[in-house]
Amino acid sequence: MPERIVVPFGPQHPVLPEPIHIDLVLEDELVVDAVPSIGYIHRGLEQLVQKREYPEYVYVAERICGICSFMHALCYCQGIEHIMGIEVPDRSRYLRTIWAEYSRLHSHLLWLGLFADGMGFENLFMRSWQLRERVLDVSEDTTGGRIIQSTCKVGGVRRDIGQEMLDKMHRGLDIFEEECRDLGNVFLNDETVKYRLQGLGVISKEEAYALGSAGPTLRGSGVASDQRETGYAAYGELGYKAVVETAGDCYARCAVRVRELYSSIDIIRRAIEEIPEGPIDVKVRGTPDGEYFSRVEQPRGEVVHYLLGNGTKHLARARIRTPTLANVPALVKMLPGAQLADVPIVVLSIDPCISCTER
Amino acid sequence: MGLFEMTKTVLRNLAGGPVTRRYPAVPARTSPITRGHVVFDPATCRSCGICSKRCPCVALHLDKEAKIWEIDRMRCIACGDCVESCPFGSLTMEQDYLPPTVEHVVDRYTITYVKPERPAKKPAEEGADA
Repeated sequence: MPERIVVPFGPQHPVLPEPIHIDLVLEDELVVDAVPSIGYIHRGLEQLVQKREYPEYVYVAERICGICSFMHALCYCQGIEHIMGIEVPDRSRYLRTIWAEYSRLHSHLLWLGLFADGMGFENLFMRSWQLRERVLDVSEDTTGGRIIQSTCKVGGVRRDIGQEMLDKMHRGLDIFEEECRDLGNVFLNDETVKYRLQGLGVISKEEAYALGSAGPTLRGSGVASDQRETGYAAYGELGYKAVVETAGDCYARCAVRVRELYSSIDIIRRAIEEIPEGPIDVKVRGTPDGEYFSRVEQPRGEVVHYLLGNGTKHLARARIRTPTLANVPALVKMLPGAQLADVPIVVLSIDPCISCTER
Repeated sequence: MGLFEMTKTVLRNLAGGPVTRRYPAVPARTSPITRGHVVFDPATCRSCGICSKRCPCVALHLDKEAKIWEIDRMRCIACGDCVESCPFGSLTMEQDYLPPTVEHVVDRYTITYVKPERPAKKPAEEGADA
């Protein structure tokens, strides 16, 4: 039996944009066990609810994560609106959906780029980020920020999108979809990519479900679980069906994200076509008194904001369960059996967002 | 054939130029609503303090007695909440980004707004009050 050695992976590693540390127990080059540890970038954002008034905490919630910022704000606002019994106008629900899907597009394109970079496919990495730039431009033109949109607020949205801009976005989507399909074809059909990803980091449907994983990690294993099917924002009217792959390996998780690009483009297109006229926000009076579990589907999976209001301007407690935290147990299950050289790909395949996880 | 999926894109990219620009030599791409930095107008500020109360990152500070308004640019996240909440239009959002700095300096402004004097009451009204 070969001697066992422990190799530290992270917190600083070329494939990791954020710090997570994993102790890899190796037999020769084969991983037999993995021990993750986090705690490098805890910022105490949950506790800030006691110091910031509830309408202002939206800006803090947005900054929990740089990539799913809009979804955090959306999840928080929906929770507060539910506690206070606020009915937001239809137009704002559609606008929220459009921005949320643009966020998903840029998050998935960012991840696809990083994943290609992890594989050593530099050209594909640059191409993914080239397409992402297009999404960020739309985001800047409609919200004023490339990544942090700051458009969601309790009671609606802060900005409207004019009809001219909506038409321009709709026209732009046709070319963008064609280019995304070209990009997706490389990820899904290229032999080198397939050879690198298929059969790597496999997690079965039962295990993924039992370990409570979320998002593409769960859907890549064949569990059709997507919060968008519950119909928050405008997803109820637009309708959505979860993208599912069954293999449970890195290739399946990549395929889920590639196909979600297409479904996001489809949702944006239909939302732009069906968006109703009307006001974009309602006046908010009073303070939240009560509790609610607000759930939203982020690019990485389901996020849960637990909000507890005590009738004052400051919430008593906020607890945020982010998708990466749910996916770390699945990652620990995926790693044993992988070669050391494949570890970066397996770790990236859950799309780890450590800023979210530690808040 | 799955080996040359990328070829089409590569050939297309060879013909086109880079999509990014050489910032700061070339100005950054902005839109009319880009949130660049907050600009303060000391001549119209009436020291109500709403901006400093609402700022989610405590970047704004107002000293009503000394008539001093301060902004800590390193704390400001350019969310635009102060600009929206200012009832007198003293705050505006400019599109361009500020250049990077190496020192932590707080921008300090002296408020120059002077409350207009009330017009003197007419003698007839004074008589009525009495």
